Amino acid sequence: MADKTFIVRIKRQQRPDESVRWEEFELRQRPHMNVITCLRDIAEKPYTRGGSETTPVSYEANCLEEVCGACAMLINGKPRQACSALVDNLEKPIRLEPLTKFPLIRDLQVDRSSMFEDLKRTKCWIPIDGTYDLGPGPRMAPEKQEIGYPLSRCITCGNCLEICPKVNEHSHFVGAAIVSQVRLFNMHPTGEMHAGARLESLMGPGGIEDCDNAQNCVKVCPKGIPLTESLAAVNGQVLLHAVKTFFTGKD
Amino acid sequence: MRQPKIIIVGGGLAGLMAAIRVAESGVPVDLFSIVPVKRSHSVCAQGGINAAKNLKGEGDSTWKHFDDTIYGGDFLANQGLVKGMCEAAPAIIDLLDRMGVMFNRTPEGLLDFRRFGGTLYHRTAFAGATTGQQLLYALDEQVRRYESEDKVKKFEGWTFLSAVLDDGGVCRGICAMDLKTMEIKTFPCDAAIFCTGGIGAVFGRSTNSVVCTGSAQSALFQQGVYYANGEFIQVHPTAIPGEDKCRLMSESARGEGGRVWVPKKPQDPRPAKQIPENERFYFLEEWYPKYGNLVPRDVATRAIHKVVYEMKMGLAGEPAVYLDVTHIPREVLERKLEGILEIYEKFVGTDPYNEPMKVFPAMHYTMGGLWVDNENQATNVPGIYAAGECEYQYHGANRLGANSLVSCIYGGGIAGPAAVRYARSLEQGCESTSPAVYERERVRQQDVSDALLNQHTGTENPLAIWRELGDIMTENVTVIRYNAALQKTLIKIDELSERFTHINLQDRTQWANQTLNFVRELGNMLILAKVITLGALARNETRGAHYKPEFPNRDDANWLKTTIASYNGGNIRLDYEAVDISLLPPRERKYTAAK
Repeated sequence: MADKTFIVRIKRQQRPDESVRWEEFELRQRPHMNVITCLRDIAEKPYTRGGSETTPVSYEANCLEEVCGACAMLINGKPRQACSALVDNLEKPIRLEPLTKFPLIRDLQVDRSSMFEDLKRTKCWIPIDGTYDLGPGPRMAPEKQEIGYPLSRCITCGNCLEICPKVNEHSHFVGAAIVSQVRLFNMHPTGEMHAGARLESLMGPGGIEDCDNAQNCVKVCPKGIPLTESLAAVNGQVLLHAVKTFFTGKD
Repeated sequence: MRQPKIIIVGGGLAGLMAAIRVAESGVPVDLFSIVPVKRSHSVCAQGGINAAKNLKGEGDSTWKHFDDTIYGGDFLANQGLVKGMCEAAPAIIDLLDRMGVMFNRTPEGLLDFRRFGGTLYHRTAFAGATTGQQLLYALDEQVRRYESEDKVKKFEGWTFLSAVLDDGGVCRGICAMDLKTMEIKTFPCDAAIFCTGGIGAVFGRSTNSVVCTGSAQSALFQQGVYYANGEFIQVHPTAIPGEDKCRLMSESARGEGGRVWVPKKPQDPRPAKQIPENERFYFLEEWYPKYGNLVPRDVATRAIHKVVYEMKMGLAGEPAVYLDVTHIPREVLERKLEGILEIYEKFVGTDPYNEPMKVFPAMHYTMGGLWVDNENQATNVPGIYAAGECEYQYHGANRLGANSLVSCIYGGGIAGPAAVRYARSLEQGCESTSPAVYERERVRQQDVSDALLNQHTGTENPLAIWRELGDIMTENVTVIRYNAALQKTLIKIDELSERFTHINLQDRTQWANQTLNFVRELGNMLILAKVITLGALARNETRGAHYKPEFPNRDDANWLKTTIASYNGGNIRLDYEAVDISLLPPRERKYTAAK
């Protein structure tokens, strides 16, 4: 019996300043294949469906179990992780494109360093005094941990920015992932001591006000993080903070 | 006073902890990582982190943690650092807690602890089943804070190629390649700390991430850094086999009560749920009544191999056994194991809350690694330090689950300050090193890349060579080792190394050329594979994860010693060093009864 095959169409671009081309590959279908296996098959035999030699496809990937965030791309038009995109469940031909809201490096590889910069700008950390032994951390009710833990599973994949209509050339909304991290740190017993500075970083252009409540983000989050709840919660905190600082002139 | 210059390569738990400690001491750090550090392999650690905090009234102590670790490692670990680690562990948990790790809590708001393999105590703190991710993020956030204060400078998207050694053999910097521009550059430093993680890619498919190739360790080995106990490879008993990788199903599934079984009737065609309790063979519980499903990993892995290959009792038509959590209340599973059950559901497509999972052992961890001293995480080359999975201390012949996270943080925490002390003690810093020393290394590395890029006659595909390497290493150098098969493996590695010289790069561009980088890594993997196999061939005994049916017993008289591999002009040489057993005299290791 002849092997069952399927087609993958990939948007290729060798450099950011070079032209775009689409290439088609015909791959042998095997059980439990994911998009990563497709890209590895191509790297092992870098010939297009038409038989012309090409280069292996550039893409980012690391853990391959949807916990590092690296392999986000557009798969059949939807932002998602390539590792957990199983070929059996995908409509064929499979269409692969890079995320569009981040600077392209090559092929399916983009530069998401802006998200890490935003985590820096919004002070998403607990400011501890030092690594020396200062005894246990603050106690926390299990109920609180159960709110915080899902937020802390954000893998910075960027899918929520990719799908957000307010992230575009004219508007630079910081995005749901970052806002949700601010919520996480503001709810921590030590983190909340510095909530004001984080909230202020979300005021003004690109801040929380830019969110127009399209609610697309929550639908593409691979970790099921309640992003819209985070957006609402932080929006409330920012408003309250603005009122407070208006009347007291300080935090 | 002159400000020392420290470089850290690798931004997983060990590297980030080292960076925090160096930055905290006021010394600037350059931190190099192939991936953005937040995507490092530490994210894959699932089950938890060990510390004898004794919060369950069981009478646990750091000494018992120490004893379990040494015993679990079959007495091959040097004892001083292990004792230090176990004593430091409770404060490490406190530190992580203060950093905001969302550890699971008790109703009183204290940290919750669960059981793990190789111990009878609740000693493992956890954040759901994604503890490694949570810990990595906590350290990543602290490093980002130092970055915002200009105390840490990150070089993400750079890969380490080699150390810059001066004529006296002292490390004076590193040579690295920008994975976007493919530019090769040298970076001066007084001391370099390597936290470059695991070597899973040497075995093709493992539970490791893509970047865990061992390339940095191998490059350092080829420059004279010793590599110790390479033959000790941990195969995790419960993973989901896959074509791109084997996905781990954490030991915590068993720590929370998960049970491993196969149908008593071989090839029983019935679905798992229809097989009644008395027709199930809970082989771990039967063979190891005291530890049951929580025997150490090497023991569980060999038991599964025995059931599947010797007793022919694997699940109908496939080499697999059941890992069953369906008897545990859904609410408990969601609170404590959701992260891994979600992985199973997404990648296999069946619901582990209602159907037992099908699992099989997979290469998971290297106990061996760069040789470091018993005090400072210092290698034999002055100025080169190592911490985390890439070095060999702490785990002996077999690592206990949930000890890796604590060893990364402890080792990184030692390496940082030790490197600073060394750098401060230098009479002459790297600024006194001749520019020719740096240029020499840069040219040497540029030549390697150029030769690969300019080789137009090659016919060999790098991925094909890699697959063949992984297949033979997995077949012959993991769970069961026979000397004849190890000999054959060495011949195969030589054949692959020869074919490697005829590689066709298929991508000769000078921009984000991932093939070029992979081929350079593959060259290093081939040498590391040889170190591992030679070590395994030489060690004629059974100890921890190293199992030779031809030599079924531990042989302390001849083999209670550390393997030290060194490299000279293309030749690998094995020497041996005594193990520090000053605190706990070796005794027989068996898990059929309590120790």
